[in-house]
Amino acid sequence: MSKKSFRQAINEALRQEMRRDPRVIVMGEDVAGGHGGTSGTVDAWGGVLGVTKGLLTEFGEDRVLDTPITEASYIGAAAGAAATGLRPVAELMFVDFVGCCLDQIMNQAAKFRYMFGGKARTPLVIRAMFGAGFNAAAQHSQALYPLFTHIPGLKVVVPSSPYEAKGLLIEAIRDDDPVIFLEHKVMYDDEEEVPDEAYTIPFGEANLTREGDDLTIVAFGRMVKLANEAADRLERQGISCTVIDPRTTSPLDTDTILDCVADTGRLVIVDESSPRCNMAADISALVAEYAFDALKGPIRRVMPPHTPVPFASVLENLYLPSVEKIEAAVKAAMGHRVPEIA
Amino acid sequence: MQIARETLLRSYRAMRTIRDFEERLHVEFATGEIPGFVHLYCGEEASGVGVCANLTDQDTIASTHRGHGHCIAKGVEVAGMMAEIYGRRTGVCQGKGGSMHIADLSRGMLGANGIVGGGPPLICGAALSHKTLKDGAVAVAFYGDGASNEGTTLESLNLASVWRLPAVFVLEDNGYGEATGASYACAGSQKARAGGFGMPYLECDGTDFFAVHQAAGEAIAHARAGNGPVMLHVHLARWYGHFEGDAMTYRAAGEVAAARADHDCLTIFRTRVTQAGLLDGTELDDIDSAVRDEIESAVIAAKQAPLPEAADLLADVYVRY
Repeated sequence: MSKKSFRQAINEALRQEMRRDPRVIVMGEDVAGGHGGTSGTVDAWGGVLGVTKGLLTEFGEDRVLDTPITEASYIGAAAGAAATGLRPVAELMFVDFVGCCLDQIMNQAAKFRYMFGGKARTPLVIRAMFGAGFNAAAQHSQALYPLFTHIPGLKVVVPSSPYEAKGLLIEAIRDDDPVIFLEHKVMYDDEEEVPDEAYTIPFGEANLTREGDDLTIVAFGRMVKLANEAADRLERQGISCTVIDPRTTSPLDTDTILDCVADTGRLVIVDESSPRCNMAADISALVAEYAFDALKGPIRRVMPPHTPVPFASVLENLYLPSVEKIEAAVKAAMGHRVPEIA
Repeated sequence: MQIARETLLRSYRAMRTIRDFEERLHVEFATGEIPGFVHLYCGEEASGVGVCANLTDQDTIASTHRGHGHCIAKGVEVAGMMAEIYGRRTGVCQGKGGSMHIADLSRGMLGANGIVGGGPPLICGAALSHKTLKDGAVAVAFYGDGASNEGTTLESLNLASVWRLPAVFVLEDNGYGEATGASYACAGSQKARAGGFGMPYLECDGTDFFAVHQAAGEAIAHARAGNGPVMLHVHLARWYGHFEGDAMTYRAAGEVAAARADHDCLTIFRTRVTQAGLLDGTELDDIDSAVRDEIESAVIAAKQAPLPEAADLLADVYVRY
C-alpha cells in the first residue's frame, strides 16, 4: 500500500494485467507516444497525459500499439481483436471523440453477442477521459456516460478515486463484455492509498462513502468527492447524509439506491452529464416508480444546464455542479428555504 | 496453378449451394413468410467461393449486408442459416440476428454486417489477433464498391498498412452502391487507392472462379507470409436488386439478362472443367441434385422449426451482468 495518483493507479492496473495475461494489449493515439514507429527502447509520452508511460518499455511494440489518428479503424480493430482472441484496452483519449467511432462501439462491439445468438465474447475495454473543469471547451469536456449507458451490451464504469480506478479497471480487463471506462480528466493527480497488489471491484455494486439518516446523495465520478465535501459541511449543520457512489452506470446498483431512499426518504442526485436523459433522470424515474411512498419530498438534481460546455472559467464554473450547489440542493430537499444558486 | 480435384468439387458445390439458396430465398421472400430485409448474392458466387477456397477455419472473414454467399463459402451450415433467415430458434443466431447478422465464429465467420463499411475495421482487429497470437492465419474483409468510399474502409486500409497486418481487402465491385452507380460514387481509381496506402493491388473477373482463386491465392499468400495487406478488386454483376423488392428501375434494359446469359459463374465453371477433363458433367449433375435436396430440406425444416421463446428476448445481451 502506498499513496498513488489516479494516473499511477490506472498505469499499475494496466501493467499488472498485461503481466498476468499475454492477450491483454494496449492501443491508442500516442499510448507509446512519439517513438516514431521504431522499436521498444524509446519511451516518450505514454499518451497525452502519461497514463500508459513505461508500458512500451516493458511489453514492447507488439502489445503497446500506437495508432494513427483514426478512431473508427482502431476502435473497430479493438472490437474485432476482442472477438477473435485478444483482450484489447483501447484508449480513445477524449470521450468526445466517440463521434468518430460510435458505430464500432454501438453497432458492432455492443451487439455481437446478442446478434450472434450468444456465441461471441468481446472482452474489450475502451478507456477515455471525460468531464469539465479544464477549460477544454465544448469538444473536449463532455460527460457522456449516459450515452453509453443507453446502449444494451455495454458496461460503463465511472471511477471516483485512485483506489476505485485500479480495482475497477482490473475488473474491466478481466470482464468478457465490452466495457467503457471513463476517467475524469481533473482527477489524474488526485492521490490516495492504493494497494500495490492487483485487486478487483465488482461491477454493479455501489459504494456507500458515508452513511447518514436524513438524506441520500447519489453522485458519479468526480462528483462523489464534491458530494462528500458537501456532506461534511451539512453534517456540521445537523444534516446527516448517505452518499452513494454507484461506480458503474451499467450495470446500475438499483437495490442500494432504493434501499437508501427507503431509509432516508429524501434524494439528491449529482450528475455532471447534460441534464436531458442523464443518470439523474434515470434514477429519478427509478425512485419515482419503486420508492414513491418512501419519499418525504421532491427529488432534487444537481447538474449542468442544457448547454455545451463553455470555455471561460467563469462560465465553466457556473456550468459545473459544485459543493455549494449540492449543499443548497440538500437543504432544499430537506425543506429549508434557501436562495437558489445558478 | 493446378487446383486439387477435391477443391474443385467442393467449390462447385459451394457456388451451387449459394445460387440455389439465394434463388429459393427470392421465391420464398415474395410469399411474405420471411421477415425483414434480404440482400441476395446471386451472380457473385465465384468471388466468395474463389477467395474462401484459399482459407481455413482458422482464418477470419468479415462480410457485408449481402452476406449469405460468404457464409456458405466459409462453411457456415446451410440449414442453420435458412432457419435464421426465417427467424427461428434453431437458426445459427437463434433467430436474433437474421439475414444481415449471420455469424459463426467457430468457422472464422465474424459476421455479415448491416453497416456499410462495418467490416474492414473489425478485420484489422482479427488480423491483429492472428499476428499477435502468431497462429499463421489471415483475415479477409469483403466489402462492396459502396463501402469502398466509407471512411472506415479508408482508415482500415491505412491502419492495416501501418501495422503491416495479415489482412486482405476483397472489394466486390458489382457496380452499384444500393442504386447509385460506382462510376458516379467512386472517385479516382481503386488501384490508386491501394497504391496510396502502400499495398499491392490485384484485380480479377469475379465471374470466373479460376481467376478469383488464383488472384486471391496470391493475395492471401502475400498476407500470410507477413508481407502486409493486399487489395483484391473483384469485378462482378449483381443479378437482383439491392434488397428483395427493389424493382431495379435504375439499371439498363437487358443488363441483368446479359449477365445471366453470358457471365454465369456456374456455367463458366462447368464449361471450363468439363472441357479440360478435370471433372465429369455427371459429377456436377450429382452435386446439383444433392444441393437441390439440401435446400429443399432446409426450407421445410426452417418453416417447421420452433420460434424463439419469450425468455430468449433477455438472454445473451452480456456474458454476465
